[in-house]
Amino acid sequence: MEKLLLLGAEAIAQGAIDGGMSGVYAYPGTPSTEITEYVQNNKTAKEKNIHRNWSANEKTAVEAALGMSYAGKRAMACMKHVGLNVAADAFINSAITGVNGGMIVAVADDPSMHSSQNEQDSRFFGKFAMIPIFEPSNQQEAYDMEYEGFELSEKFKVPVLIRFTTRLSHSRSGVQTRKQNDQNPLTYPEDPIQFVLLPSNARKRYNGLLGIQASIEEEAEKSKYNVYYEGKDNSLGIIACGIAYNYLMENYSDKKCDYPILKLGQYPIPYSKVEKLVNECKQILVLEDGYPFVEEQLRGFLSKETKIKGRLDGTIPRAGELNPDHVARALGKEVKQGLTIPQIVANRPPELCAGCAHRDVYSALNETMKEFGKQKVFSDIGCYTLGALPPWNAINSCVDMGASITMAKGAADAGVRPSVAVIGDSTFTHSGMTALLDCVYENTPVTVIIADNATTAMTGGQASHATGRLEEICIGLGVKPEHVRVLTPLPKYHDEMVKVLREELIYDGVSVIIPRRECIQTAPKSRKEAKVKVEEVAQ
Amino acid sequence: MKSDIILSGVGGQGILSIAATIGMAALENNLYLKQAEVHGMSQRGGAVQSHLRISEKEIASDLIPLGKADLIISVEPMESLRYLPWLSEKGWLVTNTTPFVNIPDYPDMKVLLAEIEKLPHHIAINADEIARQVKSPRSSNMVMLGAASPFLDIPYESLENGIRKIFGRKGERIVNVNIDALKEGREFALQNTPVGSV
Repeated sequence: MEKLLLLGAEAIAQGAIDGGMSGVYAYPGTPSTEITEYVQNNKTAKEKNIHRNWSANEKTAVEAALGMSYAGKRAMACMKHVGLNVAADAFINSAITGVNGGMIVAVADDPSMHSSQNEQDSRFFGKFAMIPIFEPSNQQEAYDMEYEGFELSEKFKVPVLIRFTTRLSHSRSGVQTRKQNDQNPLTYPEDPIQFVLLPSNARKRYNGLLGIQASIEEEAEKSKYNVYYEGKDNSLGIIACGIAYNYLMENYSDKKCDYPILKLGQYPIPYSKVEKLVNECKQILVLEDGYPFVEEQLRGFLSKETKIKGRLDGTIPRAGELNPDHVARALGKEVKQGLTIPQIVANRPPELCAGCAHRDVYSALNETMKEFGKQKVFSDIGCYTLGALPPWNAINSCVDMGASITMAKGAADAGVRPSVAVIGDSTFTHSGMTALLDCVYENTPVTVIIADNATTAMTGGQASHATGRLEEICIGLGVKPEHVRVLTPLPKYHDEMVKVLREELIYDGVSVIIPRRECIQTAPKSRKEAKVKVEEVAQ
Repeated sequence: MKSDIILSGVGGQGILSIAATIGMAALENNLYLKQAEVHGMSQRGGAVQSHLRISEKEIASDLIPLGKADLIISVEPMESLRYLPWLSEKGWLVTNTTPFVNIPDYPDMKVLLAEIEKLPHHIAINADEIARQVKSPRSSNMVMLGAASPFLDIPYESLENGIRKIFGRKGERIVNVNIDALKEGREFALQNTPVGSV
């Protein structure tokens, strides 16, 4: 037991290791990536042989975690908020099957979309699945909730969701660790058909899930993470969820807030505590980082309740990350901003690195497309999405993992010629393979460019499942070998790239072009660590 | 004692090493610490910042409120100005003067430096030049930390110890050049700060 300086994400990882976890399953995604990376680099995790290799995507991650739980062991799946959409089928149904060993799904939301395409709030998913949800306010709580989450999961025999946001995930603070639990022994579920969701059994399981709802609510009522702080000024009562509590207290030096406060860290919403606050106070201010999850439930549909303040009535901006200044204004406090930003300060958006292979791909693609017209290039999620910005302006879509290929297919079906997809190697194995199969099935005229940089680059260079097997996958899925073309994206091969691109754009069928050159960020590192990484983790 | 610091720069310039060094120094002095970083997309050559808070008392928010920062440490001149709304009236801005130009509309350097000169409390230092002088061109971030050190309520020796802990793995030479860079930055700041203002 020691005091460590940890990111919120790392606190989750350390809590899982100390809590007796046997395996973590995840696909990289900002702001959740550091959880799995921490486990991968942790000495204890290596000694205890905790599973810590990356999964192909979030759905396979949740399913593998569920399989480990089936075998009685404690498992965690982690992901960013939009990853939970990918995993939703497995996630929702894991609440119906229930668990054997404790299972935690840790999800990092990204309000203000620092590195994401939306700012959806995963607490809705937790409620949808009808399972307990934790929402830590600080790094210590993140550790404690993760540590205790396995027990809670085993107590109710359902997965537990831990929801936190970018700010906590990427902020460092001191964390006191606890004694390390042993891993669970291998056991099978008592009921051999617990995990068989045939309708007859699924109905039984679902009734069981409904049956424990009252107990899960009771657990939240008495949770140490849901604290009612009395206050002498009842003109306002404040509900502060997760990290919002910190922003609230930032506005009161020495923790002297006169209003009653309900600090929330565990859901379902503790009904009687909220009722007490609502009854005692003239107005209620709801502070939450994300969607108005608690606020909407408080208002209900029919109620024209005006005493509830929050994101819905504009007291707090409806969109974007919460911060101490929004909270100060909601409390009627003056926010004294410093100097304004001089007009000469220009925007500095992210860009493709100097020497990045994607630059050469887009140079060649843009030149080739001059002949074929604009707005025919669908793309995907990764560093290459930056090809949407000047000077490239090369792509016309970025929606969800794998969508480039299927959108190109739909557009081709509608008559777009040529129809082009640009996707990264890791995104392709995440969710692009079934999309390519759809194209093969109908021999749809699409040209799929899989920009292979041998890593999951945007999140910092994690191993890619595609490395070394892309051609085999594409040919295996049914793409004709002569239309799987591998290129080397370097300025000196520009003309050759244009020539090959042109040939395949004209071809009336499925073709795959693989421009292959390692990520400029990971290349020096991987040469050094070439042998160590995969072997060590794979032990 | 309380220091609210905003670190700024461009992705890849090493502001997280500055944060880590101050963090280590804060721990050595048994101070509370919260440090919010930016990971992800912006790290690819975009504007990045980190909110670093150290205090004798427990710290509530991971983010510094507007107008409450005691110090902005910037490894890039234009980026130093982006966070002025956070700087308090008494706060200091300590910035590198070597620009990182990766955008077409980067402002004219004379105009940019004039904006910095307008601020009542500032240190403008050519950290890249000083880093080259100590034969460690990659240590400009430690020059910046040195230049900011007179404004931190942390003993200077703790910062050197922080460098030893952060860079220790990379060997004695790396540790020493970074400590040299730190010293030179501090020396510059002390010589260019009006007596009694720190």
